[in-house]
Order: sequence, then C-alpha cells, then structure tokens
Amino acid sequence: MADDLNTPLLDELEKGPWPSFVKDIKSLAGKKEMAKDLLRQLEKSYEDKRGYWKHGGLVGVMGYGGGVIGRYSALPDEFPGVSHFHTLRVNQPSGWFYTTEALREITKIWDEHGSGLTNMHGSTGDLVLLGTRTEELEPTFRALTEKGWDLGGSGSDLRTPSCCVGPARCENACFDTLAINYNLTHQYQDELHRPMFNYKYKIKISGCPNDCTAAIARSDMGIIGIWKDDIQVDAKAMAEYVDSGMDIQGLVVENCPTGCIGMDGKEINIDNSNCVKCMHCINVLPKALSPGKERGAAITLGAKAPIVEGALFGSVIIPFMKIEEPFEEMHDLIERIWEFWDEHGTSRERIGEFIERVSLATFLEGIGEKPLPQMIKAPRDNPYVFYEEYFAEEGEGGK
Amino acid sequence: MAIPVEQLADEMYEIVKESAGVKKLKGGDLTKAMVAKYGDDVSRADVKAAIRVLIDSGRCVYGYFGGSSIELPHTEAAENQ
Repeated sequence: MADDLNTPLLDELEKGPWPSFVKDIKSLAGKKEMAKDLLRQLEKSYEDKRGYWKHGGLVGVMGYGGGVIGRYSALPDEFPGVSHFHTLRVNQPSGWFYTTEALREITKIWDEHGSGLTNMHGSTGDLVLLGTRTEELEPTFRALTEKGWDLGGSGSDLRTPSCCVGPARCENACFDTLAINYNLTHQYQDELHRPMFNYKYKIKISGCPNDCTAAIARSDMGIIGIWKDDIQVDAKAMAEYVDSGMDIQGLVVENCPTGCIGMDGKEINIDNSNCVKCMHCINVLPKALSPGKERGAAITLGAKAPIVEGALFGSVIIPFMKIEEPFEEMHDLIERIWEFWDEHGTSRERIGEFIERVSLATFLEGIGEKPLPQMIKAPRDNPYVFYEEYFAEEGEGGK
Repeated sequence: MAIPVEQLADEMYEIVKESAGVKKLKGGDLTKAMVAKYGDDVSRADVKAAIRVLIDSGRCVYGYFGGSSIELPHTEAAENQ
C-alpha cells in the first residue's frame, strides 16, 4: 500500500460497506507507478472539478484501426506514470464464459504489459484492459494473439458483437445466441478491425425479450429472441403454483400490460393474439410458462445510448426471422443495411439518426424491405427519464 | 477494365497526402473518390483491398478524432502536441 499518495478526497470513497475502486487501485499502487499517478491525477480532478484525460490519435496495433483507445494525461510532467494510459479492448468470448486458465492468461499478460487494472466487462461487451504505454501495445497484442485472443472494435467500425448467455444457461433462449455471436464476429473481421463506416455500429444479441444485453436501448442493431405461436403452459405446474397460495391474480393477471391473462380455477387462460411478449408472466411463473415453440428473433435498428441527450430506443425493422446456421439471411440483411448507410449516410451519423433523416420509408426502400405494421415508431424514445418538468414552479400550487 | 489494386492504393495515398492537415478522410471518402473517378471499373471490394495495402504497408495509419480516419503516420502522442 502506498502511504505517500495524499488523496483525502479519494480516501472518502473507501468508506462504507460497498466495494471501492479506490481500494482496488491502491492495492496496486505499491507495485505500479502507473496506479499511483492514476490516483494522484484523479485526486487533482476531484479538487479542480475537471478531467485531465485527453484521447484520440492512436487507435490500434499495426494493421488494425480499432481495439485501442489512445489516452494521455493532460499533465504528463506532473503525473508521468499516466502520461500514456491507453485502453485495450479484447474481444470477449460469447456469453462471457471463461475458464480459470484463460483468466490467468489474461491477467498475467496484463500484469506484465499494463497497469494490471481491468473492466470485466466494458459496456461494449469487450474485456477491457485499462492503462498501458504505447511501446507496450504491440508486445501486448503479440502475447494476446499467441494465446488465441484478439482485439475488439472501436471507432467507426463494427463494435465487438455481444450476446447473452443464451441456451447455455437460460431456458428462455429462443435461438442460439452464442452461435450467431461467434458467427458474426468471424464473418465480419474486416469490418471489426478496419473502420470503414460512417460511425460505430453495435450489434447486441439477446435470446428472449428479457433482453439481458439491453439491445433495445444500447445497440444500433438488436437481435432479440421472440416466438410466433402461443406461450407454452404446463397445467400441472400451474396448478402447483395455485395450490402453493401464490397471489397469481395480483402478481401476474393484474400486471399483464395488455390484460390478456385470466384465471379459471387452477387454469390460466392467455389470449395470445394480444400478448406483447413482455415476459412478465413467464418470469413470475417459470415452471408453468415458457416461450412458444416457433422461435426466432425480432431485429431492431437505431438504438444508441449517449447519456443525457440524444438517446434512442431501437425500432422493429424485421418482426420475425428464423435464426439458424449458417445465418445467411442475417448476413444478407446486415450487408444490405451497411451498403445503403455507407452510400448515403454522413460522417458520424448513427444508423438510427440516418433513418430519422432519410425517413423509414426511404430506408426500407433502400434496403429492399417492405413496410409492415410491426415496424412501429413507438416506443422509440429517450430511455432516460427526467422528472424535473413535472415539478410545478414554487407558488403555483404544485406538489 | 478493372483498375489494379496497387494503382488505387497509390492514388488514394496521394489524396490522403494532399488532405493532410486540412481534412481527415474516412475510408468512405476514399471509396467515393475512386468510384467517382473510375465508375464501374472499380468496386468497393477493390477499394477495400487497396486500403488494406496502404495500412498494412505502413504508408497510412488509422486515426481517431471524433470518428475514424485514414491518415499519414503521425508522431506518437500527437494528442499531446
């Protein structure tokens, strides 16, 4: 532990029962000058109420246009340990499954070549290695690739596709999320490593409408599991829920957003034609209810999640697609979208902004899709909710 | 008649050189420039291959300042200058 840090403001963040990133970084400060100066610079930022990071310029290793986020201290003379503090994004395995041996490999490489700090995982989905110097980038990359790892995406390229655990651990998965994630990652290696797009393009894959990757809110293209037929009901398990005294009326029937569920004794009746696949009843009664048998995915386009301003939800562009190997239908769709966006999009224009600018009708025509009623405008909206506007001015009798 | 990839790479390198310090060019800008010049004699795949030649040879590098670009190799820690 480094006692010479003099970081009283950061020290406050070590108090309390919650895990503290300050405590973690301090545990490295005895071994790494980089960790010491990281804390010192952060303390100065807290004192001065401004950040001292600069980024840009450097983006990858030889031949790559992504995977490295160049980061520099704006005060390199004062904090030489973080004069360079580049981030590496490492392409994560589908579903974030690791062997303990794989984790040891990664951490050994990073102890040797970087700060020893990681994010498991970044919001992009990648395994993030935080803080190294420029001269360590190529050696780190070599060490990673020797063990079978690769860098992920950054900049105006396909970002590393990311998926939920899918059928590996979840009974609700409507398709093999891990397989398509693996396939898309390999199919589009050029797009992942060599930025050619107008701006970033994120693909997130969730096996059911619970949407554990938040694809509807955070990905330019969401692939979200769905089914076409009726919710499957196990009558015996349903009767057991009723016999257990569970408040099915209050917990399930009255919480159905379209009111399409009713109870008749121990039997559940679902008007599937009005079901919006919200997953609530299936989540509350997992032993009795499960997604239908005719499974696939809905494809959404246009979400992005910058904090505070400009966030968009995705809109349904393909209501239902079978997701089966070799995934050619998906490749065809993705490539039609990229071609039209590439040709007519402007610099730094996300696909959602592009659709808003040219109109959905023009976009559909451009990619060769017919309009369908399910291509709904709502609920595409800002997913962040701010309540200030609902507070009446003082003196106007508001609450 | 198809334009050789090496020729495309050379021509794009000249465009990048002329734009240095004036405008940061994206891969799409270079593609459009080549398509505008050669029309059907050049495909997007050809341009993509030519960019690969430029990058892999080290004549150009990828950069990022609010969007990815293709640039002449620059001094390390350029952001600090």
